[in-house]
Amino acid sequence: MSETTDLIRDMAEKLFGDACEKPVLAAAENGEFQSALWQEITDAGLAGALLPESAGGSDLAIEDALAALRISASRAAPVPLAETMLAGWLAGSALAVPEGPLAIAPASNGPPLTLKKSSAGWRLEGKAKRVPFARNAAAILVLAESDGANMVARVDPKICTLTQGRNLAMEPRDDVTFDCDLDAGDVAPAGNNVNLETLRAFGAAMRANQIAGALSRALEITLQYANERVQFGKPIAKFQAIQHNLAMLAAHSAAANAAADMAAEAAANGMKLLPIAAAKARCGEAASIGAGIAHQTHGAIGFTREHMLHYITKRLWSWRDEFGKESDWSLVIGRAAAKAGPTRIWSDIVTA
Amino acid sequence: MTQLTFAPPPPNTEVTEKLRAEVRAFLDVELAHMTPRQRAQSWSGRDPAFSKKMAERGWLGMTWPKKYGGHERSALERYVVLEEMLAAGAPVGAHWIADRQSAPSILRFGTEEQKQFFVPKIARGELFFCIGMSEPDSGSDLAATRTRATAVEGGFKVNGTKVWTSGAHVAHYMILFCRTDAKSDDRHGGVSQFIVDMKTPGIKISPIVDLSHEHHFNEVVFEDMFLPTSALLGNQGDGWKQVTGELAYERSGPDRFLSTFTLLIEGFAMLGEGVDDRAKIALGRIIAHLMTLRRMSRSIAGMLQRGEDPAVHAAIVKELGTSLEQEMVEVLRLIVDAEPDSASSNPYVAVLAHTIMHAPSFSLRGGTREILRGMIARGLGLR
Repeated sequence: MSETTDLIRDMAEKLFGDACEKPVLAAAENGEFQSALWQEITDAGLAGALLPESAGGSDLAIEDALAALRISASRAAPVPLAETMLAGWLAGSALAVPEGPLAIAPASNGPPLTLKKSSAGWRLEGKAKRVPFARNAAAILVLAESDGANMVARVDPKICTLTQGRNLAMEPRDDVTFDCDLDAGDVAPAGNNVNLETLRAFGAAMRANQIAGALSRALEITLQYANERVQFGKPIAKFQAIQHNLAMLAAHSAAANAAADMAAEAAANGMKLLPIAAAKARCGEAASIGAGIAHQTHGAIGFTREHMLHYITKRLWSWRDEFGKESDWSLVIGRAAAKAGPTRIWSDIVTA
Repeated sequence: MTQLTFAPPPPNTEVTEKLRAEVRAFLDVELAHMTPRQRAQSWSGRDPAFSKKMAERGWLGMTWPKKYGGHERSALERYVVLEEMLAAGAPVGAHWIADRQSAPSILRFGTEEQKQFFVPKIARGELFFCIGMSEPDSGSDLAATRTRATAVEGGFKVNGTKVWTSGAHVAHYMILFCRTDAKSDDRHGGVSQFIVDMKTPGIKISPIVDLSHEHHFNEVVFEDMFLPTSALLGNQGDGWKQVTGELAYERSGPDRFLSTFTLLIEGFAMLGEGVDDRAKIALGRIIAHLMTLRRMSRSIAGMLQRGEDPAVHAAIVKELGTSLEQEMVEVLRLIVDAEPDSASSNPYVAVLAHTIMHAPSFSLRGGTREILRGMIARGLGLR
């Protein structure tokens, strides 16, 4: 681990640890965009983590950006940090992006968005479902197809039609209809290795890292609760049944964090598909098991709006489905294995 | 924050990948005659001639000092050899225990004479070991051991019974865990380890046949067996400390998630090209788990290389790994249309039968699931 990585982690721990108190999370659930938090994230250089320095970004290594993202998720930071990082990656050095939170499209599977040359510049058409934070975005970075080529477009959400939606954690997930004219300067060819598959994979790598961070936090607050809550005359953490559940929560959290590391490495290494697929599938499963144990240990208090736990678990339940759920990514792996044939399974695991 | 994290594993290098290619070429030739059913034995399959061939290649005692016949290679290089052997279903059982834990224990705790006598022979694939830990009244509760070595003129006299001793009937030596001193307030005190020649007078070995009619483990009875003082491994009374270190070696390796790999291969083969998406999802999920476990297990190889204590990490890998192995059976059962039959000429059907009947042991041998969860809980500071 490099010194830079340590510095970024320490900075992120401090920033998100201080800034994501319960009132901030509650206000975000009520639909208020957390501008002050976003400003801090921007000032710390994390919003522009994956933008080149020439474009005003901080051009972090992908592993470092994802490490910071994982920490933000451990605090349930209610802001589009993953999406803004992804938008920076999409824009690259080809398109300038405005300051402020950014969104990306498409964020889920569907018919491709299309760009056609027009007299004024370009015409963008299509629908993108459940675009995270579209309503709050200074721009949506769109990956679209034009005569078989991948293009990136910078779109002001005000010229799109938004149907507001949200995920279980009340984070904005808006359906966006694009039917708009863009200037020539708003569109550029997608960068090297930027396509629908790599965009979805990078999104999955981000969600895997967010799940890992949230699970670490679920473990932390569940351990704390089990050590404090007294029943039958002793802290419930002293009961063997509880200890075994907590051991499994810790084991799945550890596995999710190892898988998230694997995804980060693969993202940095040419967006290798199989390790990212494995990581998202593994993290999604850990999210389900971990959230279940965390709630079971907390009892009824953890089921209340008042308690902190749900800010974490509702994100786990949402993120496991976003950018491909376990079955989607397991299918990617299973298809590759079936295609390679049984004698290749092992060597493909080793080289993945 | 109390978190159990797995540091990134040491990266593959030109050296590890060249080694991997050598191992694969070797296995292509040496295992060509083996059926899937034989490969499914995994590290329970024994073939002393195969062990000898591995030793000739320098693949036993890989990380040990050259001075004792070892090869001074990295923990990751050793890991490469292990995982390639297991993935291919090589019959590594004869030397497995000696290479995995007996020789490392002797190197850590043994006298100079013991190191010089035993370790080079183990590295040459000439000496095989078994583990004398469990007893009729001491399973998970290892500290309840009743086998006793009583000090006599020139050494010890041993009486007691060990059970579930895998390979006692073919091993040359046993590392025996037993009581040497009276029980004290310290439950973990008063126990020691000995290196026992299995030909010593006073040892009686009887087979215990398992539910699949196979003979792997044994009852070993000691009746006034004399051991010279030179048989003591480490300090008298330090047995508990020594054995817990040994168990970390036993729990962290790829043997805890690759012992059913043949079943996965044969399942895929049986489904053939007609494999539907439901099956692909189920099998892809297993591969996702294996990839993650492999990363965690390789991370532990890095911890061993750095001299760190991986006991709790090893417990996590064994618990998650053996759970996956057991679940793999259930997943394949539901997606492949076949009933298990050990005698079948269909490789998948025979491997399935073998694996179903051995799966219960996965979460028993080397520490039960419940003991491991307790260890993880201790690592979390809960006890």
